[in-house]
Amino acid sequence: MARKKVVKYSRSRALLWTVAKYLAVVLIAVIPLIPIWTMVLWLFMQSFSSKVIMGIVPAGLTLNNWRFLWAPLKMGLKEYPNIWPITFNTLALALGVSGLVVFVSVLGGYALSRMEFKGRTPLMEFIIALHAFPSIILLIALFVILNKLGLYGKGFMTLVGIMLIKAGLEIPMATWIIKGFFDAIPWDIEWAALVDGCSRWRAWRSVILPQVLPGIGAISIFSFLSGWSEFILVFTYVKNEAYYTLPVLIYHMIGEYKFIDWGLLSALGLFFTIPTLIFFSTSQKLLLRIYVGGIKR
Amino acid sequence: MVKVTLKNITKVFGKVVAVNNLNLEVRDGEFVALLGPSGCGKTTTLLMIAGIYRPTKGRIYFDDEDVTFLPPKDRNIGMVFQSYALYPHMTVYDNIAFPLKLKKVPKNEIDKKVREIAKLLRIDNLLNRKPAQLSGGQQQRVALGRALAKEPDVLLLDEPLSNLDAKLRVLMRAELKRLQKELKITTIYVTHDQVEAMSMADRIAVMNAGRLQQYAEPEKLYNKPANIFVAGFIGNPPMNFIDGTVYSKNGRFFFDSGEFTIELSKEIGEIVTSKASEVVMGFRPEHVKISLSEQPNSVEGLVYVVEPLGRDVVVNVKIGSIIVKILASPDLNLEPGQKIWLIFDQRRLHFFDKKSGLSLLV
Repeated sequence: MARKKVVKYSRSRALLWTVAKYLAVVLIAVIPLIPIWTMVLWLFMQSFSSKVIMGIVPAGLTLNNWRFLWAPLKMGLKEYPNIWPITFNTLALALGVSGLVVFVSVLGGYALSRMEFKGRTPLMEFIIALHAFPSIILLIALFVILNKLGLYGKGFMTLVGIMLIKAGLEIPMATWIIKGFFDAIPWDIEWAALVDGCSRWRAWRSVILPQVLPGIGAISIFSFLSGWSEFILVFTYVKNEAYYTLPVLIYHMIGEYKFIDWGLLSALGLFFTIPTLIFFSTSQKLLLRIYVGGIKR
Repeated sequence: MVKVTLKNITKVFGKVVAVNNLNLEVRDGEFVALLGPSGCGKTTTLLMIAGIYRPTKGRIYFDDEDVTFLPPKDRNIGMVFQSYALYPHMTVYDNIAFPLKLKKVPKNEIDKKVREIAKLLRIDNLLNRKPAQLSGGQQQRVALGRALAKEPDVLLLDEPLSNLDAKLRVLMRAELKRLQKELKITTIYVTHDQVEAMSMADRIAVMNAGRLQQYAEPEKLYNKPANIFVAGFIGNPPMNFIDGTVYSKNGRFFFDSGEFTIELSKEIGEIVTSKASEVVMGFRPEHVKISLSEQPNSVEGLVYVVEPLGRDVVVNVKIGSIIVKILASPDLNLEPGQKIWLIFDQRRLHFFDKKSGLSLLV
């Protein structure tokens, strides 16, 4: 009898200990999230209400903050172009960057992973070194290049120039990422394709490429988002408001007047986040796989 | 079906000579095994026949056509890899159909062929699965199906059974042999498992350190090994080797190991003593009789360890400082420490030159 009681006692103690441990883990995990979630919450509340109390408690539902969706933006005397052409500019830039990055890095990554040629290792080191230069320190040199190429102050063509620059900055890292994916494919599979009757090119297209799709997904998302949120290049080189992108537009909502329409700003911010949210919610599994490394076999 | 000929093939990777001046002829419809320890160059040889590696020196012929510089896709070969190398993103059906699609075979013919092959290999119920959903044995059969679908002139198999469990391996061994005889495809089979090679191949090419050691029928490799390497590699448990000298005295011939002396038959003694005096004597564990009493020309020893294998036991016998393995019947009930006498089968003794390792009796 007494023995049974002891067992029961130690069991409940073990349970208590387990609960305490989990509680500690949850607390530690949640505390850093609080400020982040508060900011997100502020964005939502602010954008849909006419007034907020304490930053996050809404008072009065309104869609007035979202007026930019159907009317041109007015800031004092200045009128900015409609949001939709600007969204189109941003989308064009992001898609262009992403397309260029995928095209170049998938070909380059395969070559670096699979082909033997002189200077392969130095080339790979050089490529990764390129990634060390942020675009901001290249601004002046890039301006000269854009000007020489006749891409400065040419409206949409300037955006194309920025697309090229941005893609150039993204390609090194993307090439390295995708090279890792190619490395993970055993030679046997490529050889099997060759024996089965493929040329090298056909083997790449029909057998190798389908297996690096998660990697292609990853680099296209990363480069899309990087193009979507590009600020400094557009801000520096694009002077015509018709070719602004969303980040630059948002900047101008803050920059020019002392009075800031927080409701409008948060609504714009939320609008700007939409593609990011869509991407991350649809590709979470894919991205997780990349962070833990390679393709599942 | 073609005859495959390798002429003076050498393959060098950087400073490593993977294959060294290899000459090999595989007859039309023959089943040849390339046998050797890992790193002996057998897979490299296979990949050269496939066209994936280009030999550094030498020529490869299919019948009389020089294919040395022909890309793999133009050689009409089928190959099964050790890892099977199935295309993970395709179904079993598409895997088997892939080589036919590349050959631009009409769709209805592809369908017919795939189903026919699948039926032959008994995977017709798996056609809609992806490779990841298959067991090792099933994957192996799909890989074989893919290799056979295009009706290759030469079938290359790179350790296709090594990833299967022991039971399935024995089953597939017979299956592969039957299939090869049925389809009469010239087949080259790479393996490090001598049992596989012995049980399946018409001829075996034993390789070591990039060199061909011996190329012969299985029973010839077993009975007349050309050198110490082949003698030691073929057979399980492996052949026993004892260093010693041979000499003649008063017209009789002897082998002296330092620990014991035995008299050799006249015919063996004459040949061996005429070629060398420092020799290595080899005898297989199954070619020695154990006697519990002293016999003429027998060698005394002590039972060291007994390893039961079920049907037989391996008796480790200590002769002075030498330990040899002898295969015996479990009925003998030998105990460690027991005194026994070994009687050698004179016709089954092997003698090798100590320096070159070459057989003195071949």
